[in-house]
Amino acid sequence: MEASSAPAASRGAVSPSNLTRTRTRRSVGEQVIKGLLALAALLSVLTTTGIVFTLAREAVSFFGDVPFGDFFFGTKWTPLAGGESQSFGVLPLIWSTMYLTVIGLLVAIPIGLGVGVYLAEYATPTIRKIFKPVVELLAGIPTIVFGFFALTFFTPLLKDAGIDLQIFNGLSAAIILGILVVPTIASVAEDALSSVPQALREGAFGLGAAKWQVVVRVVFPAALSGVVAGLVLGASRAIGETVLILVAAGNNPNLSFDLTTAHQNMAAFIANTARADISAGSVAYGTIFAVGGTLFLITFVLNLFAIRFVRKYRQIYE
Amino acid sequence: MATAEQNIARRAVERASSGERTKDLIFRASLLLCLLIAVAFLAALFITTLNDGVGFLSLDFLTSFPSTVRPETSGVQSALIGTLYLMVLVAAFIVPVGVASAVYLEEYADATKWWNRAIETNIQNLASVPSVVYGILGLAFIVRGPVDIFGLGVGQPTLLAGALTLGLLVLPVVIIVSREAIRAVPPSIREGSLALGATQWQTIWKQVLPGALPGIATGVILALSRAIGETAPLILVGAAANLRFNPQVDGPFTALPAQILSAVGQPDAVFQNIAAAAIIVLLVILLLMNSVAIYLRNRYETKW
Repeated sequence: MEASSAPAASRGAVSPSNLTRTRTRRSVGEQVIKGLLALAALLSVLTTTGIVFTLAREAVSFFGDVPFGDFFFGTKWTPLAGGESQSFGVLPLIWSTMYLTVIGLLVAIPIGLGVGVYLAEYATPTIRKIFKPVVELLAGIPTIVFGFFALTFFTPLLKDAGIDLQIFNGLSAAIILGILVVPTIASVAEDALSSVPQALREGAFGLGAAKWQVVVRVVFPAALSGVVAGLVLGASRAIGETVLILVAAGNNPNLSFDLTTAHQNMAAFIANTARADISAGSVAYGTIFAVGGTLFLITFVLNLFAIRFVRKYRQIYE
Repeated sequence: MATAEQNIARRAVERASSGERTKDLIFRASLLLCLLIAVAFLAALFITTLNDGVGFLSLDFLTSFPSTVRPETSGVQSALIGTLYLMVLVAAFIVPVGVASAVYLEEYADATKWWNRAIETNIQNLASVPSVVYGILGLAFIVRGPVDIFGLGVGQPTLLAGALTLGLLVLPVVIIVSREAIRAVPPSIREGSLALGATQWQTIWKQVLPGALPGIATGVILALSRAIGETAPLILVGAAANLRFNPQVDGPFTALPAQILSAVGQPDAVFQNIAAAAIIVLLVILLLMNSVAIYLRNRYETKW
């Protein structure tokens, strides 16, 4: 920029060098500020790098002790036991995680979509004004509170209803897990439905469709990519939920369909292992990272899917 | 003849439309039912917690230290102080970093460059990484790891380590909400300022940020309320339970969620009441924060 007078001169006398940009104290300051701001934005990239690096480093040393195949295909998960009974098959843990998530989603999908569709398509402005904050309130409640609720209220309630449950069980935890992700699904679905152009609805009404037909056959399909994004985000949230499962489902990952007994998901295993003060470098310490890495990979893939779906519906209508 | 045909046609139409009306009613009712189920769970949650905990709430409960030996004298002072400390430290971390990131992405970054798009996707992705994974990062990288923060008790679970972990966890929320607030400031404001000879940074500092402030403040408060309700990262970075002294920035610490978790795990029934009372304290703090956010949004929201 300092050598700017040469090209200016070659173009003729019209632009003297005082019109070209010179490096003033002001412009240097501007560049410094831009650099600092970019640095702040880079911190988020560093966070991801930090997560991947930490998980990979410890997982590599873990897999130095435990064969890869034993971990991913073994069916017995007793990493903290001593001697012969110690086994590192992660399948029961993955099974419990997915099983609880699926049961939770069976609760969350109809309720979440129902709430989202109602708020977007049916609710009058007054009703929206009252119930949208209520849904947001549900989203803002700490998960430890849901855990307390599942353990001290919902499990006894189910028992009173005649279901033979243990104190720590998968059923109560999974249903409350579903309630926990209702706001995620509802708000993304509502957002997607609301961004469908009014003209589509008017066109359908003009052809004589009833309201429910407009919603189910026109608006809902048009918003599908957004709705799917909400479902994927909900699933990812359910898979990664920690304290609710820790408090209400107990700590026994098990390869069964039986929901009346204790289950444990990956996140709850990590928290439970970390609670017992373990020394760095031990095999127990390694399991935290191996399981954490698996969990991170699963949610990472799901999130990328969700982001892609959200982009799609934003592109179509905005 | 023609009238008979018309009648038949009209009856067919009427039958169909009344059938549609019934279906419409059923559809609408089932949607409403979904909403009511969600609300019922929320109500049940509040009622049971109040029912279990309100008898334990008193000024003494707020000012006593927790005790597992004599539960009747137990309180939440150390946990409450810890939570307040965390709030301040997390805010001190996420406000500058979060707003700076948002300003860079909205005002400076060229969205056609792959690295800027990568930062953006990365932030969206970080927003839904499970909190327990952040806990692992905090444990390995901040508590036991290579990052030596001003020599403050590294190798120990400290309040500062907890605050940094929680800060990283909610940073994406702040960035995403702040970006929306900055985007809502119309370009004409920037153009006017630039035309008057202001530099880009002067424009941002004097025009864009003041205009985006209510939105940013709302985002920060929402992020903070998420941060102080998180339990899993606290477990991983080693928050203590039943701490009988107030936490220090560079020493052992606890916070309300950790205290609640500890109480829930106690076998004696009286601890359920203590847990419920501590939950009420936490929920009251969250409710206050959310009211402030809603007030800010309504009071200062600029209509351009």
